[in-house]
Amino acid sequence: MSLDKTDVEKIAHLARLAIDDAAIPDYARELTNIFKLVEQMEQVDTSNILPMAHPFDAHQRLRPDVVKETNQRELFQSIAPKTEAGVYLVPQVIE
Amino acid sequence: MHNKSLSELSTSLHNGEFSSVELTQHYLDRINTHNGKLNAFITVAEDHALKQAHAADLRLQQKTAGKLTGIPLAHKDIFCTQGLRTSCASKMLDNFISPYNATIVEKINAAGMVTLGKTNMDEFAMGSSNETSFYGAVKNPWDTDRVPGGSSGGSAAAMAARLAPVATGTDTGGSIRQPASLCNLTGLKPTYGRVSRYGMIAFASSLDQAGPMAKSAEDAALLLNEMAGFDERDSTSVERDVPDYTANLNDSLEGLKIGLPKEFFDDGLDSDVAATIDTAIKMYESLGATIKEITLPNTGLSVPTYYVVAPAECSSNLSRMDGVRFGHRCNEPKDLDDLYARSRGEGFGEEVKRRIMIGTYALSAGYYDAYYLKAQQCRRLISDDFKRAFNDVDVIMGPTAPTTAFKTGEKTDDPVAMYLADIYTISTNLAGLPGMSIPAGFVKGLPVGLQLIGNYFEEAKLLNIAHRYQQATDWHQQIPETFK
Repeated sequence: MSLDKTDVEKIAHLARLAIDDAAIPDYARELTNIFKLVEQMEQVDTSNILPMAHPFDAHQRLRPDVVKETNQRELFQSIAPKTEAGVYLVPQVIE
Repeated sequence: MHNKSLSELSTSLHNGEFSSVELTQHYLDRINTHNGKLNAFITVAEDHALKQAHAADLRLQQKTAGKLTGIPLAHKDIFCTQGLRTSCASKMLDNFISPYNATIVEKINAAGMVTLGKTNMDEFAMGSSNETSFYGAVKNPWDTDRVPGGSSGGSAAAMAARLAPVATGTDTGGSIRQPASLCNLTGLKPTYGRVSRYGMIAFASSLDQAGPMAKSAEDAALLLNEMAGFDERDSTSVERDVPDYTANLNDSLEGLKIGLPKEFFDDGLDSDVAATIDTAIKMYESLGATIKEITLPNTGLSVPTYYVVAPAECSSNLSRMDGVRFGHRCNEPKDLDDLYARSRGEGFGEEVKRRIMIGTYALSAGYYDAYYLKAQQCRRLISDDFKRAFNDVDVIMGPTAPTTAFKTGEKTDDPVAMYLADIYTISTNLAGLPGMSIPAGFVKGLPVGLQLIGNYFEEAKLLNIAHRYQQATDWHQQIPETFK
């Protein structure tokens, strides 16, 4: 597989990453090389192999749905780039 | 002072030979003297450390101190430390003062240990040379023209130069073991789920584990005693009792069955490193172990598999860095998309962006089966290789890394060449097994690490196997001349 400029632009958009136009050829080349490495997986037949999500095939633990943590909104928002009246501020989305 | 083991330091502190404040100051002075040459620390927490040292001295006086109370340590800058910058070596988190502690930080604080500072690392733990840090490359104390390995390169360099008595690291594909190998340290990656990941900034959640980086197996055991254990805040934490990891250090190795995977001794392995590993294995034979050649036939799949699983999980984990709630935000965003894209584009370094893009592509519509699902199937094959091997042997040994420390800049232009530096360590993470690297000798003045891989939850056995070797050899006590 070989990635071109359009692929890189599409991936960067999906990942919400602004990248320099000048850097696109380098990304295309490097990502192509990495996917060449990755495609070595195709050499093995895995048709009847169960995917492994966890070494012990563990399941998510459940816990009672009770409030235990205290609200620390002010502490957590003290490190935010921009807040007002207890909410995070971002550029306006809805006209 | 800085050549003493943790046990010796503990005895001295308990006997009042010196105070924790004096010990802490000794290390802060060493950091001041030597860190400029190494760039091992991102943040030196002088005031914070001396405050903790005073509190430790009080506990020592009141006889409420534990084994490690008053002993300083360095944390990899991936662990959230309340009130201290936690940057993960990224511009993205350059301004991030964590509002809470990671569970292991909380536990180590409760033990009365003293945090000297936060060590440098590859950005978001993505790298094998500690060259991707926003704060600059770390130098290897054994040769400052060379890399210390990565991603826990700052902890490794700090330990090799004796700028801390012990340190924490994390290992997603070899990030404790490979730098331990390149810097002549004892490093342990525990079984997946053994140590809490809460508050450890996530890279690849199904692979990440925290562990100790130490001067010896005994020291590693002592720190692991404080780090390990169930944590309800980590959904993948394992509910299982924690043994005293020092209890079996001296067990005999008579009859120990060592497996040597032939795939770990292939053409990619430097011949001088291979000879050093052979000598180490012979030492184990003289300690009573028997050797068996084994095969892990899917070893070659581990790097390709890893470079799907890890980037896929990182692309998801790092989506929380969006310039809204914490971290870097771009100036004057024109709309929400621009805010996300520019904050992330400016905040992340090149390697992090590459991995996010690999992961994004692998998880995008239409490609999931070909990449992520396929990788999870390959992962099962790799894990099954180990399961079969452990039917016949007690421990697997081989080199930790294919070469000794390489030159700074040597592999920065070729990501794939860099990825192959972890060829012997990655499979352990994919299988979730515990692994160690211990000092085994030198090639042209540079350290070589012997890797030990154990069965699930056999950290105590690995530490025993490492400790017996360290009683018969003195490789682990070698220190670079400049830092004696």
